[in-house]
Amino acid sequence: MKNSIACLLLATFFVWTSCDQYPYQQGKILYTNFCENCHMADGSGLKALIPPLAGADYLSKNGAAIPCIIRNGIKGEMTVNGITYNTEMAGVERLTEFEITNIINYIHTSWGNDLPIVEHLQVREWLKPCEKNVKPF
Amino acid sequence: MKYLFIWLVVFSVLVGCQSSLSPDVLPMLGSPQIDQNGDSVAHTIPDFSFVDQDSNLVTNETFAGKAYVADFFFIACPTICPKTAKQMLRIHDYFKDDARLELLGHTLAPKYDTVAALNRYARNLGVSSKKWHFVTGDQATIYKMAPEYMNVALEDSDAPGGINHSGYLILVDKNRHIRSFCNGTDPEDVDRFIKDIEKLLNEK
Ligand code: HEC
Repeated sequence: MKNSIACLLLATFFVWTSCDQYPYQQGKILYTNFCENCHMADGSGLKALIPPLAGADYLSKNGAAIPCIIRNGIKGEMTVNGITYNTEMAGVERLTEFEITNIINYIHTSWGNDLPIVEHLQVREWLKPCEKNVKPF
Repeated sequence: MKYLFIWLVVFSVLVGCQSSLSPDVLPMLGSPQIDQNGDSVAHTIPDFSFVDQDSNLVTNETFAGKAYVADFFFIACPTICPKTAKQMLRIHDYFKDDARLELLGHTLAPKYDTVAALNRYARNLGVSSKKWHFVTGDQATIYKMAPEYMNVALEDSDAPGGINHSGYLILVDKNRHIRSFCNGTDPEDVDRFIKDIEKLLNEK
């Protein structure tokens, strides 16, 4: 009896601490696999070649466009924090709307970013313009 | 007495390991070659001739009396290149005012990475060809240079971006010998590499 209580407490403790440290564990893993090469582990980007995600004004100004950027990529000029970028980003078509939601929430809560959490139903709406690969831009 | 002996052994192993981990003089890397006189010499970077982002001819003479850090990349590379570029940029910034060191990036996609494309790339990175040369040239010649710098470069339609390559940064001394290298995607390995560069520059 004593043992099982101890186990339960320990398990609760682990779940609690791991949840506390990484609220968007899946988003973090997906970010590492699909985005980190370019946008860097700290979201800093690369000079005037790749825009940052940490502290990027683009995220708050163009929230609704982000899911389609992730799915289909984007090219042409864009301005982020006053710097103009013009490098093509390839999309990651295989990501589901849940996965995209988790990545966005990971970005919204990392590296000092403090942007609102998005719901997957909202992301589904935002993905509508780029369904079936119709490029929204 | 017994313990003293054991401690002596531990101590000498520690000291021995330390000195082999961070020798005062950097080793000569790569497989030794045999010169015309039949003598064995350290691996030597062969003659090369490429063109950089400002249409300057870049040859071994460009680095006469200097050390340089070499790597291989291409602009549209979706995998390791941006991370490697970020680390090359760290090295660039660290040795910005030290004329004894330059940087040399070889494109593995010369068909796309023309002088004009490399020029735009360098400008967007905020660097000048006085310090950091991005070179292009004959594709086969560039691919043949990669193994001379202990790098792998292969065209591979299954690889992301169509080119399979390794992201090692290579330190070459003023006598064209390779003296150190690091994994260009690992910031901690690059910390160690920067110390090696300083060590080389302070060599007599
Ligand atoms: C191959 C490199 C690369 C990869 C991988 C990549 N991006 Fe991008 N990303 C870019 C570039 C380059 C731009 C700027 C596009 C332009 O200039 O039009 C960009 C722009 C963006 C933007 C809008 C600008 C900003 O900084 O806020 C967002 C958001 C974004 N990327 C998110 C992601 C996410 C999320 C992933 C992973 C699913 C990802 N990117 C993967 C290169 C990349």
